[in-house]
Amino acid sequence: MIGLVSYLVFFLILSLIFGIAVLGLNLQWGFTGLFNAGVAGFIGIGAYTMAILTGPSRDAVFGGFELPFVIGLIGAMVVSGIAALAVGIVTHKLKHEYLAVATFGIAVTIQLVCLNWEYLTGGTLGLIGIPNPTKDLAEGPLAQNALFLCIVISLGLITFIAIENIVKSPWGRMLKAIREDEIASSSLGKDPARIRLEAFVLGCMAMGLSGALYVSFIGYVSPWDFLPILTFQIWTMLIVGGSANNRGALLGALIVWGVWTMSGYVISNVVPSEIQAQGGAMQAILIGLILVVMLLLRPRGLIGEELQVSRHARSLND
Amino acid sequence: MSAAPLLSIQGVTKRFGQFTAVDRMSFDLNSGVIAGLIGPNGAGKTTLFDTLAGLLRPDEGSVHLDGHPIHGLVPHKVCASGLSRTFQIPRPFPEMSVLENVMMVPLGQIGEKFWNNWFRPGKVAQEERQAKEQAEDIIEFCGLTRVKGDQAGSLSGGQLKLLELARVLMADPKIILLDEPAAGVNPSLMVTLVEKIQELNARGHTFLVIEHNMELVMSICEPIMVMAQGKLLYSGTASGARKDPKVLDAYLGDLP
Repeated sequence: MIGLVSYLVFFLILSLIFGIAVLGLNLQWGFTGLFNAGVAGFIGIGAYTMAILTGPSRDAVFGGFELPFVIGLIGAMVVSGIAALAVGIVTHKLKHEYLAVATFGIAVTIQLVCLNWEYLTGGTLGLIGIPNPTKDLAEGPLAQNALFLCIVISLGLITFIAIENIVKSPWGRMLKAIREDEIASSSLGKDPARIRLEAFVLGCMAMGLSGALYVSFIGYVSPWDFLPILTFQIWTMLIVGGSANNRGALLGALIVWGVWTMSGYVISNVVPSEIQAQGGAMQAILIGLILVVMLLLRPRGLIGEELQVSRHARSLND
Repeated sequence: MSAAPLLSIQGVTKRFGQFTAVDRMSFDLNSGVIAGLIGPNGAGKTTLFDTLAGLLRPDEGSVHLDGHPIHGLVPHKVCASGLSRTFQIPRPFPEMSVLENVMMVPLGQIGEKFWNNWFRPGKVAQEERQAKEQAEDIIEFCGLTRVKGDQAGSLSGGQLKLLELARVLMADPKIILLDEPAAGVNPSLMVTLVEKIQELNARGHTFLVIEHNMELVMSICEPIMVMAQGKLLYSGTASGARKDPKVLDAYLGDLP
């Protein structure tokens, strides 16, 4: 029983951490139509920033500032935001698949930098011993994880409310207008470049927060955590849950992470040991399959987009 | 007494490669008119609109609105300077309600800065209430009240024309450019549309209208500009246009 509870806590922590990144992607893709195929890169930037700011000092590697957890979170969001600002300015004329190709390339570059810039990132070995803030506050792994879950729920809720607030507003209405018809919205006086950049930066900051939480929970960061498969997982979570709906984004994170972990369990217990080594590939195929089936059968996701944008435009047919 | 023109177009030229779509167009419009821009298909009327509205950059020439240069500005800046346009083929935000299609328009809303939605929610809500009231008034004026809660994508062609009009009215511009407002609109709705344009004009709105419906043009537009092959062929009164041999030859033919 305890085993199941602690597994459930562990599962919820990870799915909510991913959920925060999905909320960020939803702001970019769901509400604004920005095809960010470099999600893993921005999660990675947040994770490494957290590791550098809060981790212990070590020889021949930058960082180890041992700063408090909260400073790490803020720092991760700020650095991801700055990186997104730089990427956003460079790619501000790119749309649709062109932006996807550019961001995908940037994420791969970020991963390769993490892999090779040993002084900053510890190279292939990554950075270890990142403190988990619950270690000093609770006794035993279950209590610590339960406390960490509380932290993740609180931060997830804050992210959810913060994003809900700005998308159900005149700002959110501009995002949607630009997504639907950029020429019409610019002819009506809205500046698409500025608004797209804002949505891109804010979304990447949520991804940075997600990466920071991930690394302080796992206690370890390595370049292998931010391969393109992570981007596709986050995308699948959004498509399954429902683009342009924040509740859908969180639901998608729970479902897809659930399928992912269960499939891992099934593969390790059912699949013959000779082909166990291909387990990861099987999981990747499964994610791709879910994505395709969902797009064919229910392209708007489990919870689709609402018609009304601004919460102030309520009582439509009064 | 001759006031300075509201819109002054001087030598505007737009080329696409070797092809000159708009060729040294020049005319002035005074405040308070309903000006008509007519001409055969391919004459360059919509290209001129696109150039005035900032969608295209003119290769030569200047455009002044109320004395301020607007040529070469990007569309959202042109709109902010007081020139709004509708599109020949309506461009609604199809997945938004009619109400929010109109509510999105006012410039410089406090809630358009995302942080104000966190830190000044009361102010945003207040402004949204005003925007909603104003949008509802305009929607009623345009006869769309019955469908204000519907997705804009579900409207008929004629209703979309009215929605385009509602959106530009919400921007409260100095001059409104209408690109074929009557195209695809049924006869009874067209009467409504003409009445609306006249009513708005009486309230002080200035219009520049591209239209192929000669009945509409001849009845409400003054002055009339005729374009053919990118050039201005005629500029003057409606009755003068009917008698001008070049206009008859290029466009009107044997109009009754």
